[in-house]
Amino acid sequence: MNTISTKPTPQPNAASARRKSATIVAACTLLGAVAQLLIKVGMSPAHFDPSVVGLLSDVPLIAGYSCYGLFTIAMVLALREGELSMMYPIISLTYVWVTILSYWLLKETPNLYKNLGIVTIVIGVGVLGRGGKK
Amino acid sequence: MTPLLVKSMLLVFGASVVGSFGAVFLKLGAMRLNKNLLSFVNVRLIFGVTLYLASSVIYALGVKGGPLSVLYPLVSLGYIFTLLWSKLFFNEALNGYKFAGLGLILLGVFFVGLGSA
Repeated sequence: MNTISTKPTPQPNAASARRKSATIVAACTLLGAVAQLLIKVGMSPAHFDPSVVGLLSDVPLIAGYSCYGLFTIAMVLALREGELSMMYPIISLTYVWVTILSYWLLKETPNLYKNLGIVTIVIGVGVLGRGGKK
Repeated sequence: MTPLLVKSMLLVFGASVVGSFGAVFLKLGAMRLNKNLLSFVNVRLIFGVTLYLASSVIYALGVKGGPLSVLYPLVSLGYIFTLLWSKLFFNEALNGYKFAGLGLILLGVFFVGLGSA
């Protein structure tokens, strides 16, 4: 079956738009990780108070969900041009940032498995990136 | 395996399936965006965001009841579903790089979960 004639001619800038989308998602995973940490802090007994006033004055929690909102908008913009099978797995970089930020800000102790995990994820995203539409 | 762990695993697994459909609807909605800011208010995007929120609530309920070393890798199973849906609904090309990359990501998430236990 010849489907070539029905396919739209690839735009010369389509490849760079897809690359841009992948970069947006990768950069925004840092925002997603910051969101997770802020929500974790906002949910801790020191901040969390399950009343309307308590929730509205929980700055880390509100900031955390705002970051999530921004992350989602960026993700949607990236999905316009980018392939879903590329963009979605790139979100796994969030695990990398969360682990590193937890070492730094929450003083969690690094260990071999976590370090091995973040290196493996980064390599995985790199390999995945090579499989994208050119 | 205790009943609580099984329940947690089912919840987290369910959350990853719901989340993978959330991604599909976000993509469907994103494809309809134009220069008009109001194009953000479309049923597909709203449904996608709703599925995402639902997924995070189910995940939060599930993750309390078991060790992260078991539950984290279950979350990343959602990536496998997303790859399948990408092929099925958007006819995106699957190739060795995508499978190998995803395999490494799953392994990496497994290690992070193991280290967080």
